[in-house]
Amino acid sequence: MDTLLQQLINGLTLGAVYALVALGYTMVYGIIGLINFAHGEVVMIGTMVAFTVIVALAGSGLPPLLVLSIGLAVAVVVCMALGWSLERVAYRPLRGAPRLTPLITAIGMSMVLQNVAMIIWGRNYITFPPMITKHIYSVGGATFTNVQVAIVSLAALVMMALIYLVHRTRIGMAMRATAQNPHVASLMGVDINRVIAMAFVIGSALGAVAGCMVGSYYEIAHYQMGFMLGLKAFTAAVLGGIGNLAGAMAGGLLLGVIEALGAGYIGQLTGDFLGSHYQDIFAFIVLIIVLMFRPSGLFGEREGDRA
Amino acid sequence: MLEVTGLRVSYGGIQAVRGITFHVNEGEMVALIGANGAGKSSTLRALARLLTPAGGSVRYRGKELVSLPPHRLVGEGIALVPEGRGVFPRMSSLENLRMGAYARNDKPAIQHDLEHVLQLFPRLKERAQQTAGTLSGGEQQMLAIGRALMSKPKLMLLDEPSMGLAPIMVQKIFEVIRKVASEGMTILLVEQNAKLALEVSQRGYVMESGEITVTDESHKLLADPKVRAAYLGE
Repeated sequence: MDTLLQQLINGLTLGAVYALVALGYTMVYGIIGLINFAHGEVVMIGTMVAFTVIVALAGSGLPPLLVLSIGLAVAVVVCMALGWSLERVAYRPLRGAPRLTPLITAIGMSMVLQNVAMIIWGRNYITFPPMITKHIYSVGGATFTNVQVAIVSLAALVMMALIYLVHRTRIGMAMRATAQNPHVASLMGVDINRVIAMAFVIGSALGAVAGCMVGSYYEIAHYQMGFMLGLKAFTAAVLGGIGNLAGAMAGGLLLGVIEALGAGYIGQLTGDFLGSHYQDIFAFIVLIIVLMFRPSGLFGEREGDRA
Repeated sequence: MLEVTGLRVSYGGIQAVRGITFHVNEGEMVALIGANGAGKSSTLRALARLLTPAGGSVRYRGKELVSLPPHRLVGEGIALVPEGRGVFPRMSSLENLRMGAYARNDKPAIQHDLEHVLQLFPRLKERAQQTAGTLSGGEQQMLAIGRALMSKPKLMLLDEPSMGLAPIMVQKIFEVIRKVASEGMTILLVEQNAKLALEVSQRGYVMESGEITVTDESHKLLADPKVRAAYLGE
């Protein structure tokens, strides 16, 4: 019982992060049908930038919460600019090219960003300066920290803001229209290029927030951290139904919980043959199962467009 | 109002439209008729900048349109009702109509036009909250026309509005087209149903393998034995 509750709490925290990253994949996919494999690296850059800013300001005497907020804000702005540039430089020139071409470019951009990060921040693990005093709360034998509470509530807030943006604002309406029929959207006066750029910019901003969350949760960062995180978030997006925003949110949370439960029980299940460091396999088992039995994902059922 | 000169459209090496010239005067309805594959829809898509013409000029109120990106056309007062309707399937009917007014920012006037469109198509009022993908073909066509009207266009391009619809629905749609035209809208109508198109329009152009072969007032085309034989099934 303790393990179950504990792993649910941990899974929720992790899932909130996956959900935010998955939204970045799904928004871009929903609009231009591209899987932006460089998105995990955008998240990693977000973590790195936030760490750099926070380390630089750590001795400044500013209140810790302000330092954290500045780190987050700078990371968001840098990632938005990065997302915009990626689209402008790497993907826009390939608009109309066969689908495989931008996909390979995305993998290429992922490598470029990893290497740039390695040059800037080095090959070693970077540790997060202890800024927040951790409080540990316990409920029914399980524990959670104030950092976890902050992660989950910030993720919820950001997701609500995104839902509002997509369903209640002009640019959101333009994004939905473009996702459903880009040609006709342009006839209505929607500048498609602007909408696509916005999808990258918003997705990258969410990625930056997620990057700061993983950073403060694990208190460690590395130039290759975006790869696995990106793959898992991509799995979450596929699990929810790629292209579907609610699906990405649900898929992220679900994957986080599956992974945490898997890690918690894998020892018991295999008679201690496999330990909790095998937790990464669960995401990919999920991916394989979804692709085999329900490739459109949980929320991926599309209403037929009548001719 | 619209002057098309030497318009050419090619797909790969194949010329779909071979240098056609025609015009539409303010306030009139002009029909572009012809068999399947004659190049009618390609012409319309080129006018709406959904594809880039291989050559020729399209002047609208004295302004060259060929160099304009597609999303700027609606601001010039041009609305296309695309072939196959092109409604946004996962948006409600109401949202589809509001998308039509995307380029406008005169809120009170938008609300007024919305009521006007719903009056024109009472069926859409009943279906206001339903997602457009679940509407019948005829309802989707109403929605597509209503959406185009929401941009407050001066020139409407209609691409095969009768396609795939039951005869009773075709009658309804054309009643509305006639009504919109009588309110002063300039309309370029592309139709395979030549009889219907010539009955509602003032002038007509007949297209054949990418070229305009005959042009006249619509009632004269309707009486022309050659047109009757080729397009009216007589």
